[in-house]
Amino acid sequence: MAAVTMRLPQVRGPVGAGAARGAEKHLVAPGDTITTDTGYMRGHGTYVEDDKLIASVAGVVERVNKLVCVRALKARYNGEVGDIVVGRITEVQQKRWKVETNSRLDSVLLLSSINLPGGELRRRSAEDELAMRDYLQEGDLISAEVQSIFSDGAVSLHTRSLKYGKLAQGVLVQVSPSLVKRQKTHFHDLPCGASVILGNNGFIWIYPTPEQKDEEAGGFTTNLEPVPLSDREVISRLRNCIVALVTHKMMLFDTSILYCYEASLPHQIKDILKPEVMEEIILEARQRLLDLEG
Amino acid sequence: EDLRVDGRGCEDYRCAEVETDVVSNTSGSARVKLVDTDVLVGIKAEMGTPKLEKPDEGYLEFYVDCSSNATPELEGRGGEELGTDIANTLYRVFSCENSVDLKSLCINPREHCWVLYVDVLLLECGGNIFDAISIAVKAALFNTRIPKVRVLEDEEGTKEIELSDDPYDCIRLNVDEVPCIVTLSKIGYRHVVDATLQEEACSLASLLISVTSKGTLTSMKKVGKGSLDPESIFEMMETGQRVGKSLHVALQKLLDEEESLGSSRPKVGFLG
Repeated sequence: MAAVTMRLPQVRGPVGAGAARGAEKHLVAPGDTITTDTGYMRGHGTYVEDDKLIASVAGVVERVNKLVCVRALKARYNGEVGDIVVGRITEVQQKRWKVETNSRLDSVLLLSSINLPGGELRRRSAEDELAMRDYLQEGDLISAEVQSIFSDGAVSLHTRSLKYGKLAQGVLVQVSPSLVKRQKTHFHDLPCGASVILGNNGFIWIYPTPEQKDEEAGGFTTNLEPVPLSDREVISRLRNCIVALVTHKMMLFDTSILYCYEASLPHQIKDILKPEVMEEIILEARQRLLDLEG
Repeated sequence: EDLRVDGRGCEDYRCAEVETDVVSNTSGSARVKLVDTDVLVGIKAEMGTPKLEKPDEGYLEFYVDCSSNATPELEGRGGEELGTDIANTLYRVFSCENSVDLKSLCINPREHCWVLYVDVLLLECGGNIFDAISIAVKAALFNTRIPKVRVLEDEEGTKEIELSDDPYDCIRLNVDEVPCIVTLSKIGYRHVVDATLQEEACSLASLLISVTSKGTLTSMKKVGKGSLDPESIFEMMETGQRVGKSLHVALQKLLDEEESLGSSRPKVGFLG
């Protein structure tokens, strides 16, 4: 049975008047004057013209003593050491892979930074170089951690732990990196039956929770068995909830996703993306988060 | 099992927003927004000479412009090929004789007729552009108002065009037989309607079917580099007819609702 819904467009205002959020944030748009005081050093996102400090990006002004910079709200991912990222292999080169992580330059995954299958620890030889494509091919998705940053800003990744590696079946949602909250851990097993990896680069990976946790695979074997329908429904619902949170510019972390999921349970999965249902769910989730804080 | 990534079934459409009369200097216009696919259609009626083989009928001319903002592949001159492709498909879809009553577009046989220039502007491409374009064309044709014109001939043979004084005295087109395109994309062993960009990337072959509100097929086109089995083509055709009929019902209901609101309807346009 086909379901076709058509409607007339309606003007929708921002959902829920934002409660007072602590200190006032100094928001600027490109071209706005930040200050006319010449004693400040200019940082990222600013430039000097006619003795005035002017913003070049749209964002929040941050001041550290004498340094003034503007942090953009929607920007490409800037890597920091220790971040978890989810990326897609774009190229296989001589001793490394190039990974796309929604940043300005492709990230690099060196052959020496991965765990060989079987957990061996040895020097990488010429045969390993030739067998690189057996481990990771173009188009594969991996979860990795940022090891270091090159001088040009490119990020170097490593998967030297059993929890990182190639990702098997699941759903990828791409959001803006600034919406992912920095937390202690980014691998969450949600009680609804699915697990989620919140990559700092804005790539969110939702997958069914594996039954056995202690696999010695080292992260390179992919489980391609069909996923049961109940798991798939949970994953679709989570994906729609994340899309709803992103549309309303809310921070993504495990609690917000969980509250949004619980608020969406009375509705059908495909209805979550309808504008009015989305507003209702977001209002409820936002209310619960505010109750949690205060 | 009937579950896609965003929770829809294989035959469900995404939520569509349709608005007509958005461009004021056209004879008819419509804008269709299917979540992230955005299409704007404007129709201008101009007087011209009928074609030689059909002297007592008017005709339609299609022009499709794919904006460079639609997707990154369309920047610069990349949109021209896609534009001509879509225009040719529209010509094929409307080549059926009964789809639009072309005889009503005739003013004087062999001399004057109305030519409807249909301009399609693809603003944003988020998967399933053909369906959105055909819905927008049908809505714009429903919205088109062509002024009533009489061409009188003087004694010396000079032609005078007489326009009726009342600006609301115009002819409307009957869009009951106008077909809509339904795109069925084959993914694995099943086929889906209204594929998103991700689903289009996974599908190797698709079938474009144009269906009228009564369920008659007017044209069929296969796109994509994969191959389609004859049995799956039959299945896809049947699904397409079923989905097409419900699409027409929903669209006609919305257009009638919009018409009944009349001038009290708040115009949203592009500033909503």
